[in-house]
Amino acid sequence: MRSFKQTEIVQATSNRKSQIENNVMPITESDIEKIAQLAHLEMTSDERRVFAPQIADIVTYVEQLKEIDTSEIEPALGGLTLEGERTESSRADEVQPSLGQKLALDQAPDAAAGHFRVPKVLS
Amino acid sequence: MTPINETRNSIIRGETTARAFVESALGAAEKLNDTLNAFLEIDREGALKRADAIDASIKSLSKTSGQAPAFSGMPLAGVPVAVKDNICVRGMQTSCGSRILGPYHPPYNATAIERLLAAGAVIIGKTNCDEFAMGSSNENSAFGPVKNPWDTSRVPGGSSGGSAAAVAAGIVPVALGSDTGGSVRQPASLCGVIGLKPTYGRVSRYGLVAFGSSLDQIGVFARQASDAAIVLGIIAGRDRHDATSADVPVPDYANELEKDIKGLRLGVSRALLGEGLDEEVRAEIEKAIDAYRGLGAEIVDIDLPHAKYAIAVYYIIATAEASSNLARYDGVRYGFRAEEAPALRQMYRKTRDEGFGPEVKRRIMLGTYVLSAGYYDAYYLKAQKVRSLIRQDFARAFEKCDVVLTPTSPTPAFLFGEKVDDPLAMYLNDIYTVTANLAGVPGISVPCGLSSAGLPIGLQLIGPHWSEATLFRLAHIYQHAYPLNAQARVHA
Repeated sequence: MRSFKQTEIVQATSNRKSQIENNVMPITESDIEKIAQLAHLEMTSDERRVFAPQIADIVTYVEQLKEIDTSEIEPALGGLTLEGERTESSRADEVQPSLGQKLALDQAPDAAAGHFRVPKVLS
Repeated sequence: MTPINETRNSIIRGETTARAFVESALGAAEKLNDTLNAFLEIDREGALKRADAIDASIKSLSKTSGQAPAFSGMPLAGVPVAVKDNICVRGMQTSCGSRILGPYHPPYNATAIERLLAAGAVIIGKTNCDEFAMGSSNENSAFGPVKNPWDTSRVPGGSSGGSAAAVAAGIVPVALGSDTGGSVRQPASLCGVIGLKPTYGRVSRYGLVAFGSSLDQIGVFARQASDAAIVLGIIAGRDRHDATSADVPVPDYANELEKDIKGLRLGVSRALLGEGLDEEVRAEIEKAIDAYRGLGAEIVDIDLPHAKYAIAVYYIIATAEASSNLARYDGVRYGFRAEEAPALRQMYRKTRDEGFGPEVKRRIMLGTYVLSAGYYDAYYLKAQKVRSLIRQDFARAFEKCDVVLTPTSPTPAFLFGEKVDDPLAMYLNDIYTVTANLAGVPGISVPCGLSSAGLPIGLQLIGPHWSEATLFRLAHIYQHAYPLNAQARVHA
């Protein structure tokens, strides 16, 4: 089961890659729904209609990066300067005072008995 | 506006009081907020209480020592400051211009705030901004846009539009903002004030609500470069709460302002002054280049061959980081929660649907897309490689020059609604500013002239890592030689 799923993913990945290489990257409303699911966002059909061409537009714009040969280039790993990389950031793992239960729960939309309460997880 | 060290000195000498200064800033903020919408919260009670405490401690210190040196630890005693509403200040709200935060009331201060308070500053309120700092016009604030004090039919820029407007309108002498792709420099340019984005790691990000963590820096707005220099000197430096804050000594920026600029090499890329740049902005930048030459700087041609790709790189990296950073807003621990969701997943989705505005959703979607299986290499990894090339471009440019000079924004302030339906056109406003964030280098916007419609135009100076002292020096000499000689129409 697991290996089958992985094959599927690899297959899907290479399909996507060839689509990207051929510069056909239309973003459909159903793509938008899939991304929205991944991002935990609810989308109305109106929003999907507006977002699909806008995101397609932006993606087409960023596709221009393909014209640069980066085969020999190492990716940047963040914003750090050399001095920032050299800065010693580790510290002893010592117990220190923290927010405490009251402050931590103070602004929860629904807190009860020292816990965060959420709607049921399984439907 | 009086320089902040003079304000502070007159308070310390007992010629006036912190209360008087703070009262006047509060009055201006309250009076102008109907027009400008620059503040989301004005903390009259807290600010006056703090001003009184400062006055009291000055009084008691004068009695015991009778000497000004006793106050050397309070370089901002009584100076009113405004803070963008994505930086945590205990006792005030933090909304990030979003409904999803509720607003949140942080139980702690950002490190930059701790340092300002220790220096005697008085925070008078939290300023309006584009939601989660995503925008270039302030039209993405859930609480209505800030108006540009020079022309209220126009945008103040973004995302730190409230802080820029508060300084431009003379409400406060200095304000804090945050800059991920130009969010301090671009509104500074559109509002005719100084705006500095420091080197990545110069100022602790602890207590700054995260947007793009490898790009974000807290920055400073001021009327005068000398005031920004004082404030940066206070908030900069290593902080153990932020592992990316660097252990690099903080120079005495204010002390280096008067140093001569003779022989400093200013790099200009002709390619960046081409297509897409407003004619009036181009003319002012050309004049500024001549002006610097006249002041003793040497102008050299440089090339940043990958700068034209910076917007594409930026909108991949920033949205990818944002999609991850904003995953925390789920309606569980704080902030807004949508009602009537039968189960947890629906609650997440509804909360995020109702809590986030369209631009934030668009960016979360884009970031999720570029990080998703099958696209990661083509977009995110590719963008990180081109980011390396942009960093190399700057490294090479700084072999030939000390500082790069560009426009800050391709146009002066535009009208409300002009670009709001075209996200890509809006993103292109950041064309000159995003490179500094991608390379981690500091940049400052300096008011350099006015358009024929009387709107401010800004020049941008970008230096190597840790070169803020040089940027302040160049900004300071320019402001003295070529002051704007005009002020915003809406003014305290």
